[in-house]
Amino acid sequence: MIQELYRKEYGRMVTVLCSRFGIAYIDEAEDIVSDTFLSAAETWGLNGVPSNPVAWLYAVARNNALNYLKHGKVFHQRVKKDLVHGSERSVEMDIDLSDQNITDSQLRMLFAICHPSIPAEAQVSLALRVLCGFTIDEIAQALLTSKSNINKRLFRAKDKLRTEGVEIAFPHEGEISTRLDTVLMCLYLLFNEGYFSASPDKVLRKDFCLESMRLTWLLAGHPPTALPRVYALLALMCFQASRLDARVSDSGDLVLYEDQDISRWDQELIDRGSRFFVQASGRGEVSKYHMEAAIAWWHAHPAGEQEKWENILRLYNQLLILEYSPMAALNRAYAFFRVYGKEKAIAEAEGLQQLSGNLFYHSLLGELYTGVDDNKARQHFTKALNLAGSPAERAVLEKKFPSQ
Amino acid sequence: MKEFALIFRTSTDNDFQPTPAQMQEVLASWTNWMGGIAAKDRLVSSGSRMGISGSKTVSPGNVITDGPYTEIKEFINGVMYIRAEDIDEAVELAKGCPMLQGRGKVEIRPLVTSDNFS
Repeated sequence: MIQELYRKEYGRMVTVLCSRFGIAYIDEAEDIVSDTFLSAAETWGLNGVPSNPVAWLYAVARNNALNYLKHGKVFHQRVKKDLVHGSERSVEMDIDLSDQNITDSQLRMLFAICHPSIPAEAQVSLALRVLCGFTIDEIAQALLTSKSNINKRLFRAKDKLRTEGVEIAFPHEGEISTRLDTVLMCLYLLFNEGYFSASPDKVLRKDFCLESMRLTWLLAGHPPTALPRVYALLALMCFQASRLDARVSDSGDLVLYEDQDISRWDQELIDRGSRFFVQASGRGEVSKYHMEAAIAWWHAHPAGEQEKWENILRLYNQLLILEYSPMAALNRAYAFFRVYGKEKAIAEAEGLQQLSGNLFYHSLLGELYTGVDDNKARQHFTKALNLAGSPAERAVLEKKFPSQ
Repeated sequence: MKEFALIFRTSTDNDFQPTPAQMQEVLASWTNWMGGIAAKDRLVSSGSRMGISGSKTVSPGNVITDGPYTEIKEFINGVMYIRAEDIDEAVELAKGCPMLQGRGKVEIRPLVTSDNFS
């Protein structure tokens, strides 16, 4: 109960408080909300859960925040001097926990977190912690790294937000387009962390995906940011997320695309993705999210093999011509295999010398060489194994080794 | 890494009337070739294809003639930009150009930059 509320409300409360206080007080805002949940645990344990737990939490958080403002001496002095929305009545300020203000605060915070001065990796961790309310444990588990790593990353990122004096505000009209690109990249990475995570926690991975979709949806509901590329990203997320259940077996193993039970694809999400894709189209903007959404469309719709893979290859070509990325280069080589067969695809894949230190480069070549030259296949799989970071990644690779 | 222009030269007078299927094939071979260069992170810009009909040439004395500038019957019908370690690598990348399946040629020209005036 408290856990669910924490997941849902922690980020909202921190964001609202932080928007009110300014980014410099992000730790204070987090402390207040943590205290609120602590007192909830204690009070509810003794007296039972109140009839409207959310209202209870908000009321207590609001009081805690106001108390902090009045009695927290140091904080008081600092805040009084330079409150973000500073005015005479700042000491008597209210904490606005209306839905509208929660949404606005989340959007403003999203732009603050995705400030160009913050590295992409740190943006993702910050968003997971501050906007989505995942615990440090959960973030570390999904990103396959240690708690102390995540703590360090968050600490440095918050420090940077303070020193850069980043404002929790919507960017100016002229800046929105470029700032939005950083935000979309962060949401795209956040989604992928959930979708491609090798973490065994299925529910957690799904929650990452759903949270990134929720935040993207907020952008789509805000007229200045409701741009075609936002809808394209939403469409991409819906098409991909439609397979979240089908791609993991009951025992928690990854089920490859080819082996999935199509009846487990979420048709409602696919339809919703198609509607978003329509909204993304016809306004003269073609972003990489459009290309990726189109690729995901073909993956989410049954079609003849040849037709499907010819289109996917064409789209990967176009995506790469628009913007290079290692994953797109490797996926293109795979699509090349599906259209033109292994031998031709090997030539294409071996041309990607710049990726020879990449795990997926070797696992792709291992796959392509399987049945063509099993010795070479084993060599590439061995190299891939040496590059694999997690036991889960190694397990997937070991299954692919051609037998001697 | 240096940058090069790939200039596509071809000649007119073709009676080649491709079927839709052939056109589809030509299109696929071009996107595959360009996509392959992009996949190697060697594409700078896909540049532009240039039309023939409806083009004109202005010569000294404001002499205007129909069509692109041609010496023989050859004209330029497009350009794209790539990067490569050296001219040899650029030549290798150009070798896959679908232009070479027909009557066309690809000319590879190093781009003139502030540290390369050659």
